[in-house]
Amino acid sequence: MAKIWILLGERLALGLVTLVVVSALIFVGVELLPGDLAQQILGQSATPETVAAFRRELGLDQPALYRYMNWLGGVVHGEFGNSLANGRPISDLLGVRLKNTLFLAGFAAVISVPTALILGILAALYRNSIFDRLCNVIALTWVSLPEFFVAYVLVLFLAVRISLFPAISSIDAEMSLAEMLYRSFLPALTLMLVVIAHMMRMTRAAIINVLASPYVEMARLKGLSRMRVVLFHALPNALAPIINVVALNLAYLVVGVVVVEVVFVYPGLGQLLVDAVSNRDVMVVQSVGLIFAAAYILLNLLADILSIVTNPRLMNQR
Amino acid sequence: MKDFLQTFKSAPPTAWFGMVVIAVIALTAVFAPLIAPYGETQIVGGQYEPWSDAFLLGTDNLGRDMFSRLVYGTRNTVGLALLATAIAFGAGSVLGIVAAVMGGFVDRFLSRIIDVIMAIPSLILALMLLTIVGASVASMIFVIALIYVAPVFRLARASAQSVVAMDYIEAARLRGEGLGWLVVKEVLPNIASTLVAEFGLRFCFVFLFIAALSFLGLGIQPPTADWGSMLKENATLISFGDITPLLPAAAIALLTVSVNFVVDWMLHRSSGLKD
Repeated sequence: MAKIWILLGERLALGLVTLVVVSALIFVGVELLPGDLAQQILGQSATPETVAAFRRELGLDQPALYRYMNWLGGVVHGEFGNSLANGRPISDLLGVRLKNTLFLAGFAAVISVPTALILGILAALYRNSIFDRLCNVIALTWVSLPEFFVAYVLVLFLAVRISLFPAISSIDAEMSLAEMLYRSFLPALTLMLVVIAHMMRMTRAAIINVLASPYVEMARLKGLSRMRVVLFHALPNALAPIINVVALNLAYLVVGVVVVEVVFVYPGLGQLLVDAVSNRDVMVVQSVGLIFAAAYILLNLLADILSIVTNPRLMNQR
Repeated sequence: MKDFLQTFKSAPPTAWFGMVVIAVIALTAVFAPLIAPYGETQIVGGQYEPWSDAFLLGTDNLGRDMFSRLVYGTRNTVGLALLATAIAFGAGSVLGIVAAVMGGFVDRFLSRIIDVIMAIPSLILALMLLTIVGASVASMIFVIALIYVAPVFRLARASAQSVVAMDYIEAARLRGEGLGWLVVKEVLPNIASTLVAEFGLRFCFVFLFIAALSFLGLGIQPPTADWGSMLKENATLISFGDITPLLPAAAIALLTVSVNFVVDWMLHRSSGLKD
């Protein structure tokens, strides 16, 4: 049992190191920005004196390593510095938007994960039936559709042709949960449709893989029902790859929100990031990028750990 | 030749559909100036004119012919995606094989760099890099190629490693062949088929990626016709219940679906799976 803790500690440390490396990379990237940051913000017409004063204000006259440590220290305390575009503290901007994005991704995940698993199990159960083939072709088609296409088709049919849901999902903190769910339904549905197909295909493949093993054949020869064989004999052994793909898709949800948020003008982190990139507001891009990267690394780490925990062979390595 | 035809005959309908669509799109891209009735950026009418004989699919937000732009967009969007994928593949596979052949420090060093690139979600990494280098076609190609070098490197390295363990590599080394010979003449031919199948799949990702970036306004810049930005520019029409702006997105979807169908069939064939 002690081995598992060492293994988990190792993974956790590795994730942390990756995060630090990523943060350094982001910081160095901004350093490489052509021209001086202060000059860039103030424009070409600024006098050298104003540029120098502004540099002092931003702390740009300090050595890079010192500034990096300072920035990293701030981030750990939830201080991300100020936005270059409007001078407001970035942590103020981030708080609400992070909550909105997590709300949207969570909404999509809560519905899509069970649906995908059930569909995948059914497809494996009735392999090569019409249902299975149909699921397969639809899933393969669906995987290749760009998110914004799905999003706009949904807008066209569910918001414009039939006015069921709002095409623009503006939400704020004062709304009730039901209102928020209603308003963010279309973006959530887009995300669900995109991830369900992938998770379903992988679930089916994982179960079918296990179905080929001798012990499953034994269970069948014993006269157990198909349902029992799949649910109690095959599924537990297919769990590791399934959990892995679910976690990867959750990670994808966090990233996929960027495009979807832009389509639905949803006030989340993705929208903030895209706006900041167009304005070249490096401070905001730096912070939002770090948050996204952290979420992504964390979910991948979770996938890693869960697949170790669900696999007795990895748990009791000799 | 007979085997070749036989293979095609046995292709499932989905693969046939995919091949036909890819052929049509390729022809459209090559003969774009002959097919399009108007120029790429030529303003020919009023804003948002409806479908008519003169303007097959109406006009866009600046009064340019939608159909012509769609045709030229094939060339730009698909061409750039092919270019970016090719660069990523060239660099990724060479680096991957070099890492496998040389091993030791070079291998570890390259692998760690690739690990870091893979640890950041690709869209986020692209957005951050684009902030640094600024949004333009050249920087977009560079950024995408850089990001997609990572998965290609991993695949090339993994498949090359099993080849490097072979005796004939040892023999070539003892003969005193250089690194270039080992990479190009000994290892590459043996992993080429794996890489080709991967190319189709990666092309889909790159293509969707370029479309998404252009849609966000950070990829191919106006007035160049491109499917992603065409959707963005004309999105207002959707709120009037018009499907015209969705056509470029539908074209993107159609091409990716087709490539996926064909790749799926090829993978199925090469793996010899019956399920």
